[in-house]
Amino acid sequence: MASPVSAVPTEDAIEAAVEKPVERGEPILQVRDLEKHFPLTQGILIKKQVGAVKAVDGVSFDLYQGETLGIVGESGCGKSTLAKVLMNLERATAGQVLYKGEDISKASGRALKAIRRNIQMVFQDPYTSLNPRMTVGDIIGEPFEIHPEVAPKGDRRKAVQDLLDVVGLNPEYINRYPHQFSGGQRQRIGIARGLALKPEVIIADEPVSALDVSVQAQVINLLEQLQNEFNLSYMFIAHDLSIVRHISDRVGVMYLGRMVEIGSDEEIYEHPTHPYTQALLSAVPVPDPSGREGRERIILSGDIPSPANPPSGCRFRTRCWKAQEKCAIDVPLLAVPEVFRGQDTPAAHASACHFAEDVDVVGAS
Amino acid sequence: MPDQQPNKHNGVPEDSSTELSSAFPETPTLGAMGAQPLLDKEDLSHSAPQSAEAVGVTDREVARSLWQDAWRELRRNPVFLISGVLIVLLLLVAIWPGLFDSTSPLSCDLSKSQLGPTSGHPFGFDTQGCDVYARTIHGARASITVGVFATAGAALLGTLMGGLAGFFGGWIDAVISRIADIFFGIPILLGGLVFLSVIPSQSIWVVVGFIVVLGWPQIARIARGAVITAKQQDYVTAAQALGAGNSRMLLRHIMPNALAPIIVVATIALGTYISLEATLSYLGVGLKPPTVSWGIDISSAADTFRNAPHMLLFPAGALCITILAFIMLGDAVRDALDPKLR
Repeated sequence: MASPVSAVPTEDAIEAAVEKPVERGEPILQVRDLEKHFPLTQGILIKKQVGAVKAVDGVSFDLYQGETLGIVGESGCGKSTLAKVLMNLERATAGQVLYKGEDISKASGRALKAIRRNIQMVFQDPYTSLNPRMTVGDIIGEPFEIHPEVAPKGDRRKAVQDLLDVVGLNPEYINRYPHQFSGGQRQRIGIARGLALKPEVIIADEPVSALDVSVQAQVINLLEQLQNEFNLSYMFIAHDLSIVRHISDRVGVMYLGRMVEIGSDEEIYEHPTHPYTQALLSAVPVPDPSGREGRERIILSGDIPSPANPPSGCRFRTRCWKAQEKCAIDVPLLAVPEVFRGQDTPAAHASACHFAEDVDVVGAS
Repeated sequence: MPDQQPNKHNGVPEDSSTELSSAFPETPTLGAMGAQPLLDKEDLSHSAPQSAEAVGVTDREVARSLWQDAWRELRRNPVFLISGVLIVLLLLVAIWPGLFDSTSPLSCDLSKSQLGPTSGHPFGFDTQGCDVYARTIHGARASITVGVFATAGAALLGTLMGGLAGFFGGWIDAVISRIADIFFGIPILLGGLVFLSVIPSQSIWVVVGFIVVLGWPQIARIARGAVITAKQQDYVTAAQALGAGNSRMLLRHIMPNALAPIIVVATIALGTYISLEATLSYLGVGLKPPTVSWGIDISSAADTFRNAPHMLLFPAGALCITILAFIMLGDAVRDALDPKLR
């Protein structure tokens, strides 16, 4: 539907676009060459920029309506910054975020408010994401106060109770405070708050990593159920590969501010072609002892380089066992690798590696 | 988690109560979760009468906020109870000194100069022959007025400045923090000697104003730190992601969470401001006669301490108890509001 628009759209254009319906399977959110650099300054009075932390550095992907896109990567690879930029909580340094075809990365005022209604976020830590001085009713009702057009004043309490019911909490808990709930219940409250405005896209930034394993499953199932019920599109950020596989339709792998591989969950998990993805997957614990012995663990040497001074060429080359001279010069593009081009194999998916090859590291297909 | 049974509330019509209990099982499970599209707008408008009943049910539920928890904690704390009783007593003395004493602190009889305690005059007489008990009772008003109003002023100004500095950061923070540093750098006694001796008016409000001007930076620093801490919490980001404006974020989310340390510092500062007033009066630059204040009495009694120790001991003791009461109160409030201790 959309080719990237170069001019900054007006508030009216964005407001009109937000109302447009999107067919299932069409892209609802398109990210193009998105960059977020945090300046590093020196000096007390006269601040001089001496560099930048390139937290997100040229990320492109599409989020389709109704799907779940999982984003994985180790700590510090820019996953959370990506989420913040998509939410307009941080301004993008460069690049575009197209929501239904309109660039929202520079939106402000009315347009930004309209976007906020449609893109909502679920936070990582249920202990800090709920205001301890507000009741559950006030927390979940706050979206209605900010966007009064969503629910008329008299219906708000009922709407809040309905939301509590939807996320599996007793609607009578409306007058309680967050500290009276367990972690899983709090995360449900956070999800209810995110759902209040009936958004179309939910960006979940590690929504279960702060929870017990048993509660994780409940929250994941709840998210899946809500997706079917309200026709939501999820961008699901996590570092737990098994959970991402469980919930995602497609998976993107990030390394040092770049997307290194993206494809369907089968393509990524069973036919990874990027060495980083292979290393990441080889770290997944395998419950079957016989399969465990047969497989090869790829152990990366060294640390993740500083995002303020990333390596030239391929970002992963400093830790890659396949690295050659070419990797230091040419930046590999995120595209279907040459060797698989035109082939009808699951390995033919976008992977940013010069020497991509299909290796089944999990060994459990 | 205390269990909630929807049908245990009284006064709800029979039919709605059963309907509620069947609609919401006690422990909500994933399997039982709403298959009905509850978010439909039509659904919302149709169910208005039911919502009214739901309001009635839930309003009866006892909600406990962190403030209520703190209050619960405080009521069991002996330190708070003792200081609370003392402060209530002191406030009564300050507001209605006539309740405790019928003699005037200014009707003096020189023939009784420096006489010790006698019946009817339990604290004895001072050099002017005035009743020390009457002067101690009436002196409470000056001390407590200065303490309460100076604290209120410093807390308001400090919270405002510190809150703005912490919330907006950048150059606003730099300017406010540097101004606060300048005032913080003025030695409070030297400043008092200089400022108060050049101001001709001896009104109590001059002293209050002086303490506010020198006292706000301390509160502003605490407020700035508390606001910066609260600002970085996820719930503020969540509010921003919902589209909340600056005023909503500051007033609904940041301030309520930043208030606890400010209250604690202010309560402790109250005691020190009372002693500061006494110190300034003792040095002759605070309150001046004929105002009755403990500082003035301590100052005039200091010369004759060896002949008539009662003249010094009673006002000084009253001052000590007052300061101690407020500092103990601050301590208890801090313990109750500190979430790490729970």
